[in-house]
Amino acid sequence: MRHTAWLGAAALGVAMAAAACAGRDESVTRAATTPPAESLGLGRPASVQEIAAIDLDVNPAGAGLPAGQGTAMTGTKVYMARCASCHGVKGEGVSPSPPLVGRVPGDNFPFGADTRAVRTVGNYWPYATTLYDYIRRAMPIDAPGSLESDEVYGVVAFILAENGVIRRDEIMNAATLPNVRMPARDRFVVDDRRGGPEVR
Amino acid sequence: MTVSSKSPDGAGEKGSPTLSRREALAGVAGALTGAVLSGADTTALAAQLPRQASTTPAASPIAVPSDPTRVPGMASEALGARSPFENPALAPTGVMTGGVFSPLQSLSGTITPADLHFQRHHNGIPLIDPHRYQLTIHGLVDRPTVFSLADLRRFPPVTRTCFIECSGNGRAAFKSPRAEMTPQQIDGMSSNSEWTGVPLRTLLEAVGVRRGATWFLAEGGDAALLSRSAPLETGMDDAIVAYAQNGEPLRPANGYPARLILPGFEGSACIKWLRRIELVDGPIMTRDETSKYTDPLANGTARQFSLVMDAKSIITSPAYPEKLSTPGWWPVSGLAWSGRGMIEAVDVSTDGGATWTRAHLQEPVLPKAYTRFVHMWKWDGAPALLMSRATDETGYVQPTRAELVRARGQGTDYHFNYIRGWRVGSDGQVLFAVDA
Repeated sequence: MRHTAWLGAAALGVAMAAAACAGRDESVTRAATTPPAESLGLGRPASVQEIAAIDLDVNPAGAGLPAGQGTAMTGTKVYMARCASCHGVKGEGVSPSPPLVGRVPGDNFPFGADTRAVRTVGNYWPYATTLYDYIRRAMPIDAPGSLESDEVYGVVAFILAENGVIRRDEIMNAATLPNVRMPARDRFVVDDRRGGPEVR
Repeated sequence: MTVSSKSPDGAGEKGSPTLSRREALAGVAGALTGAVLSGADTTALAAQLPRQASTTPAASPIAVPSDPTRVPGMASEALGARSPFENPALAPTGVMTGGVFSPLQSLSGTITPADLHFQRHHNGIPLIDPHRYQLTIHGLVDRPTVFSLADLRRFPPVTRTCFIECSGNGRAAFKSPRAEMTPQQIDGMSSNSEWTGVPLRTLLEAVGVRRGATWFLAEGGDAALLSRSAPLETGMDDAIVAYAQNGEPLRPANGYPARLILPGFEGSACIKWLRRIELVDGPIMTRDETSKYTDPLANGTARQFSLVMDAKSIITSPAYPEKLSTPGWWPVSGLAWSGRGMIEAVDVSTDGGATWTRAHLQEPVLPKAYTRFVHMWKWDGAPALLMSRATDETGYVQPTRAELVRARGQGTDYHFNYIRGWRVGSDGQVLFAVDA
């Protein structure tokens, strides 16, 4: 009996396989088209408040800069307390932390040709707004995100003034910072590598 | 590699007919050294070169039955461990920041085990509770949305294999080459995995991208809040928000619980611990796309958003510290990859680039993924200089160092994809060709 039942099952299986091969198995439907992503109903609306709490980026036009202000004079105290131990009292850098201060004579841009040239905020950074963005999000490295807006503006002003980009009494705020013109502003070019035989 | 040295005093070691005592000890020592170094070393922040996994013999031997077929084996395990005789290890250059180099010379095939994938952190590895994890997508979108990890896992998933390479990979070999450099020390800031997640395009369709959005900012949830801008067309192409690597959830160091994968792009743009994506009308110009990860050129400019990694290859065997034991046939094996698509061919030279032979490419050859090449070489015992040269599907041919420097300048600081070489001495010792 058992043997016969097995044969029967095997025969049925062969028949089903043959039907499937011939595309006649009505019990199998083709995979449905993937539903549109927005119709899946996943995620929840993000509130204005919760976006504001994490939306920290600042673009070159100054979008994202908060209220508040500072000068190199107000920023000196913050810098000395929170930054100087790694970056040096004059922004000269304490290895492995990079130097922040330094200009190249004539504001030349020798970095591609001269391996000894050291990049700093004053000679390499194209946008002053990047300073605010970066310090607010990532510095000081032992307590990132701990500086108040006025403190960040003050430290930004201190670094810019030490580099000779602004005066020590110039007020940095959401209106003035985007207008600070960095010495290396026009040095950056779009990537022109495109594959193909040319080495760039 | 770690158990290659024959120990004369171990030939008659009791209970170990096939491995010397020194060889057996090397396994334990490597594991211990790796653990200690990765946790405790604070002096290496300034070091330019990664350490190598040590093979110094330690105290306790590995007990090996004289005939494993005559005694029951070891008990079943809840987690499969490596053989105690195999000790591949990452090589960190720092503690909270810096590179963690992958042991290319210890790996076969193309997939990098997750625990040996290279790492780069900018302020440590965050520990993130997957139940509290959120990815917020906002900016120029119709429906600013917060996704949980469970949400991400309910979208139709995709799986693909691709490499990730730090664009600073190869810097030490370029700037301060030494003959005693391993593939790990030369090019270990590169790895290749199978990634599973949601296409970023799917998430962007779910939130509705508004007209005027041309770029997006991706931001990590680490203590550096690392952030990079990328063109929107990249996000709509083959980008993935990945939650799994090689079949398992991401490891913390690789972005747990979710990270961005931009196939073919430099690693720093593949934001780990992804917490926020903002659709914007232009790049934010964050620090890591202005002061870092830009390419100064000899003409007094700097190339920006040089995101794609050009074709590159490296021979991983024979390589330092290997020593060929005898003349005869040896496989010259290595890895090739291109951020622009598939590897078309890899040529191998054994005479310093005078003549080239097309190597065999192991299948499958996948776009923007490691391709393993092999060239069988009959070494005649004379000094030789081994090189590999990759060509990708766009027709780009991996340049020589001189060609690269001519195009960019000696001060070039990222994208070191030039041809490298290995010198084989008449004694069989393989050394990095510092002058090639």
